[in-house]
Amino acid sequence: MAKAAVPVEKLEPSYLDVSTNKYKKGILSWILSVDHKRIGILYLVSMMAFFCVAVFFGFLIRLELIAPGKTIIEAQMYNQLFTLHGIIMIFLFIIPGLPAVFGNFFLPIMIGAKDVIFPRVNLMSWYMFAIGGLFAVASMLLPGGSADTGWMFYVPYSVRTTTNVLPALTAAFILGFSSILTGLNFITTIHRMRHPDMSWFKMPLFVWSLYATAWIQVLATPIIGITLVLVGIERILGVGIFDPALGGDPVLYQHLFWIYSHPAVYIMILPAMGIASEIIPVFSRRAIFGYKYIAFSSLAIAFFGSLVWAHHMFTAGMSDAAQFVFSFITFVLSIPSAIKVFNWLSTMYKGSIKADPPFLYIMSFIFQFSIGGFTGLMLGALSVNIHLQDTSFVVAHFHYVMFGGTGFGIFAAMHYWLPKMFGRMYNLKVATWAWAIVTIGYNALYMPMFVMGYLGMPRRYYDYLPEFQPYHVASTIGSWILIIGLIIMFTNLYIGIRRGPKAPMNPWGGETLEWKVQTPPILENFHEVPDVHAGPYDYSKYEAKKETTK
Amino acid sequence: MSEHQHQESHVIEYGNYIFIWLGLLAFTGITVTVSGINLGNWTIVIALFIACIKSWYVLNYFMHMKYEEMVFKIFILTALFTFFIFLGFTFWDYSFAR
Amino acid sequence: MSSTDHAAAVHQVHRDDYGSRLGMWLFLFTELILFGGLFIVYAVYRFMHQQEFHLAAQELNTTIGLINTIALLTSSMTAAMSITAMQKGNLRFSKWLIWVTIGFAFVFMVNKYFEWSAKIHHGIFPGSKDLLAKPDGEILYFGLYYVMTGLHTFHVIVGVIFFLFILRQIKQGKITSDRYVRLENSALYWHLVDLIWIFLFPLFYLIH
Repeated sequence: MAKAAVPVEKLEPSYLDVSTNKYKKGILSWILSVDHKRIGILYLVSMMAFFCVAVFFGFLIRLELIAPGKTIIEAQMYNQLFTLHGIIMIFLFIIPGLPAVFGNFFLPIMIGAKDVIFPRVNLMSWYMFAIGGLFAVASMLLPGGSADTGWMFYVPYSVRTTTNVLPALTAAFILGFSSILTGLNFITTIHRMRHPDMSWFKMPLFVWSLYATAWIQVLATPIIGITLVLVGIERILGVGIFDPALGGDPVLYQHLFWIYSHPAVYIMILPAMGIASEIIPVFSRRAIFGYKYIAFSSLAIAFFGSLVWAHHMFTAGMSDAAQFVFSFITFVLSIPSAIKVFNWLSTMYKGSIKADPPFLYIMSFIFQFSIGGFTGLMLGALSVNIHLQDTSFVVAHFHYVMFGGTGFGIFAAMHYWLPKMFGRMYNLKVATWAWAIVTIGYNALYMPMFVMGYLGMPRRYYDYLPEFQPYHVASTIGSWILIIGLIIMFTNLYIGIRRGPKAPMNPWGGETLEWKVQTPPILENFHEVPDVHAGPYDYSKYEAKKETTK
Repeated sequence: MSEHQHQESHVIEYGNYIFIWLGLLAFTGITVTVSGINLGNWTIVIALFIACIKSWYVLNYFMHMKYEEMVFKIFILTALFTFFIFLGFTFWDYSFAR
Repeated sequence: MSSTDHAAAVHQVHRDDYGSRLGMWLFLFTELILFGGLFIVYAVYRFMHQQEFHLAAQELNTTIGLINTIALLTSSMTAAMSITAMQKGNLRFSKWLIWVTIGFAFVFMVNKYFEWSAKIHHGIFPGSKDLLAKPDGEILYFGLYYVMTGLHTFHVIVGVIFFLFILRQIKQGKITSDRYVRLENSALYWHLVDLIWIFLFPLFYLIH
C-alpha cells in the first residue's frame, strides 16, 4: 500500500450507514434511495448478477464448440444461447458497466457536487434497467423459447421466427431508455453541478469521457428504440416496414440498427478509456501527458464514431459509394484512439511506476485494445472485409475491443475504486495472480479465433470442419482458464469488501477529488467543497520528493 | 461562466404569441395552396422549406429558444446536426447505384 | 462564474430551473431522434417509390389534416400563453389556457379517430386484403402512415396527461408564479408534438 502513514482518523457514518429515506435499514433503504452512491451500488450488484449468467452462457457455447457435431446441446439451444449471451453482455453489462456503476458513484464526487442533478430520474433509470433485465429473463423462461436471432435482431428472420423475440425487443428498448436517462442526467450534471472553481479543463478525464459517452447515449439510443418498436409492430400487426415480402428493405433495418449500435460500442469503450486516463497518472506518479488532446479525442471519437456505422454492412449489398465513404471514415476514426494510446504511453515514460492490480489491468487493456483496434482497421478495409466478414475473426476483434478493452477497464475500475466505495481493501497478492490468470485465459480464448477466422471458420456456426478443431480446443481451454481467473478475482474482491482490512482515505495516492473525501464517503460527499485550483493530475509534489530522496 | 447565472425569466406578451400564431396559420395556408400546383420535384422542397420556417418560429418564440442562453442553442444545433448526419449518410447508400 | 454565493446556492438549494430546462431539452432531443428514425425510413422509401407515394397520398383527406394542423398550432399558442399568465400571477387564466390546450388536443384526437376509421372502413389497414393487393410502395406508405401518425397521437395523449398533472399541481400550490418550470417543461413537450406534426402534415397529406 502506497501510504501506510495516513493516520486513521475517526470515521463519520458513511453513505452505507445513513439512509436517505424513511427506511433506516434493509432492502427498501436501498431500492428506494435517491443517493447517487447507493444507486451506483444497486447497478453494480444487478450488473454483476447478469454478467455471471452471461459468462455461464459463453462457457456453454465454448464447451459445445470443443468438438464438431453435437457435444452437449442442440443447435437451436446453441442459437438461443449466443443470442442471450450477446443481449445480456451488451445491454445489461457493458453499456451500463462503467457509466451507471462508477459514473454514478464517482462523477458527482469528482466534480465536487453532492449528487447528480436529477436524483429521482437516476433511481428511475435503475428501475428501467431492472425491468428491462426482467424482460430479458422472461424471454428465456416463457414458453416458445428465447430468441434465436442473434443480438442484432436482423429482419426478416426476427419478424418470422416463432421464438420469444418480443420480450427480448422490449428488454432492449427499455434498457435503451434507462441508458438515455443516465446520459441526460450526466450531461446536465456536468453543466450545472461542477464546483465553481472547476473549469472544463480541470475536470478529471473520466468525467470528460462520461460527457462524450452521455451525448452518444442521448442522441443515438433513440434510433435503436424506434427501430426495435418497428420490428415489434411488424411482428404483431403485420405492418409493412422492413419485410421484403411487403416491399420493405431489410438493408434499411441494418442501417438503422448500426446507426445506434456502432456509436454504442463507443458508449462502451469511451468510459474505459477514461478509467485508463485516471489510473495511469496515479500509478506512474506523473501528470497526464496531453490532457486536452485526450479530452478532445473523446469528443472526436464520439463524433466520428457516429459516421461509420455502415462498415458493418459491406457485404449486405450497399452502393459502392457508400462502401468507399464508410471505409474511409473508419480509418479516420482510428486517429483519436491512437492519440489516446500514445498519450498514455508518454505519461508512463520516466514515471515511477507502481504495478498494483488496477495498473496491471490497464496494461492488459492497452495491449488488448490495441490488438482489437488494429484488427478493426483490417476489417474496415474493403478488400480484406470481403474475406473476413462473418468469420470468427470478427468475433475475436469484437471481443478484443469489448471484453479485452471495456471488460478489463471495468475490472481495473473495480480494483481501483472498490476500496473507496466499501472502505475495505482486498488482498493485493491474490488480485495480482488473478490478473495474470485472467489475462492469459482471455488471450488463449480469443487469439485462436483470429487464426481460424482467417482460415474460414464462420461465426455463429454450430458445426464445423474437423480441420478447425485444434483452434477450437485451444479456445475452449482458454475459456476455462479465464473463468478460473474470474472466480479468483471476484472471490478476492468479495472477501476484501466483507472482511478485508480498513482501506485508508487514499490508498493509491490519487489526486482527484474522490481521494480527498472520507472512505467510504459520507452521505452528501463533502462537508465543505475542497480546493480544486490545482487540477486533477498534479504530481509536482511527488516529483519534488523523488528529487530529494534521490 | 455565464451558464450558471441567469435564473430570471423572460415574459413574452400575449400579443406576440397571437402575432406568431397568425404567421404560422398564414404559412400553413401557403403550403396547402402551393401543394395544389404541380411543380414536380420542387413541391416537396417547397413544402419542407415552409415547414422549416414554421419550426423556426415555434422553436424561437413558443419554445423560447430566442431568449435562452448559448448552451441551449449549441445543444439544439448538435442534435439537429446529428440527425442530418444520420439521414444524409444513409443516402450515401440509396442515392447511388446498388 | 465568479460569484461564490451563487455557487453556494446551486449546491445547497436543490432547485435549479435552468438545469431542469436543460434536462428537458435533452429529453426532447431523444424524442426528436426517435421520430427522426421514422423520417429516415420515410425518406428512403419515398425515394425508392416516388410514384406510389404520390398515388397513395391521394387517399388521404387534406381537409382533416388541415384542421388538425390548425388545432395543434392553436393549442401550441395557448400552451405558451399559459406560461405568460403564470408568470404574471394570473393562475385562473393560466389554468383556463391549459384546459383550452387540452380541448384542442381532443379535437385532434377525435379527428384522427374519424380519419383512421374511414381508412379502416375502406379496407386500408395493415395486413388487409385490399392493402396487400396494392403495389409495394403503397403498402409501405400506409404502413408508415399508421406508425408515424399513431406514434404522434400517442405523444398527444402523453402531452394531455402531462397537462392534467400540471393542473393538479397548480391546484395543490406546487406550481406558482415564481416556480413554474414544470409547466414550462410540459409546454416544451407539447410544442415538440406540434413541431413533429408540422413535418408530418406536408409529408403525408400534401403530396400531389
